[in-house]
Amino acid sequence: MKSFIDAYSWINLRYLLEGLWITVEVSVASVILSFILGSFLGIIRYTKIKYVSAIVGFIIDLIRNLPLLLIIFFTYFGLPNFGFKPEIIPATILAMTIFESTMLAEIIRSGIQAVPNGQMEGARANGLTYWQAMFQIILPQAYKKMIPALVSQFISLIKDTSLATIIVLPDLTYHAQIIYGQNANYIIPMFLALAVMYFIVCYGLSVLANYIDRRLA
Amino acid sequence: MITILSDHWQELLTGLGWTLLSSVLALIFSLIIGSLFAIMEVTESKVARTIARIYIEIFRNIPLLVITSFFYLVIPMYVVKVNGFTAGTIGLTIYTSAFIAETVRSGIQSVDPGQMEGARANGLTFWQAMSNVILPQAFRLVIPPLGNQFVNLVKNSSVLAFVAGFDLMYQANNIASITFDTINSYMVVGVLYLIITMPISYYMRYLEKRLA
Repeated sequence: MKSFIDAYSWINLRYLLEGLWITVEVSVASVILSFILGSFLGIIRYTKIKYVSAIVGFIIDLIRNLPLLLIIFFTYFGLPNFGFKPEIIPATILAMTIFESTMLAEIIRSGIQAVPNGQMEGARANGLTYWQAMFQIILPQAYKKMIPALVSQFISLIKDTSLATIIVLPDLTYHAQIIYGQNANYIIPMFLALAVMYFIVCYGLSVLANYIDRRLA
Repeated sequence: MITILSDHWQELLTGLGWTLLSSVLALIFSLIIGSLFAIMEVTESKVARTIARIYIEIFRNIPLLVITSFFYLVIPMYVVKVNGFTAGTIGLTIYTSAFIAETVRSGIQSVDPGQMEGARANGLTFWQAMSNVILPQAFRLVIPPLGNQFVNLVKNSSVLAFVAGFDLMYQANNIASITFDTINSYMVVGVLYLIITMPISYYMRYLEKRLA
């Protein structure tokens, strides 16, 4: 019992919270970037531009079907061979963005597909160009329907940032490892803290998403 | 890529074997556990529903790596000595079972409630009706999402590399550190992963289209 109290000393807690902050920072940056890139890829895949859409679709499928861990490794250890050596945090954000944007592209494509055809036809008949109709009529409706799927993808993104501990990203998981690495009695308390912190962030996000979804519906 | 493949094909093949074994084992066990929690979620008992809800929400919202390293570090301290492969597979099973429970539950709920009422009216008990009438229909509906879960499992099994689970990812790191040829080592392993995951995910997409 004493180890539990010692494990949660202010120094350790502050160290964990610093790690949590890195996790949140990396997640937010990756969510924003992969949302933009994913929307772009999803629209290309939906629009059926000759050859381009097929090639983009195939590349999306390739990346989606690889383990994220492999992509993280490749970005951090592989890219320097091409003369581009990102720091740990940018490398993680880059790897997460590459992987998650392909996951989001699929969600966004099927979201666009779920908007009735009449919306596009009506918008075009009213004189909007294809892209005006896409950005002003189709996408806003599509995003609204996609909120639950998007948020569960964001939640898995937050959880997946823990994989970057392997390239020594100083995130929540890594900081916990440092703490229990110094004292084996802290292993269980640290795992409990990890579970609680990740749970609060991820579950909180899904509760928020449900609330927004209900307000918009 | 060719030299890596010809020099290290034995390690790669063992890695592929362990990856597949751990994914298949985790799929079987998480199907069993996930279905049990899914059934608990649709029973009348409030206690059972709450327990299932708590289990699912907890393990859906904690990273797989945290669950896996918990089993790798804590089980040997108090229970029994396990190797990385076992700990990794247990972690994978528990993590995936929470997702499968959600999938199966949505399958059960999309079966017409009249089926259950009809089965009960014909004298079947709840469990008989569930296993003979509802689940067979539910599973047919959830085959595509379950197939996608298997693809996720194969990809997620790469966390075994963290706990020395001898899987493909672990071998990739070894080969990369022996040959110093990181790009080609990871490319070879990437191709091996794709050989497993791509056909399954394309087939599931085809099934999804046919079912829709």
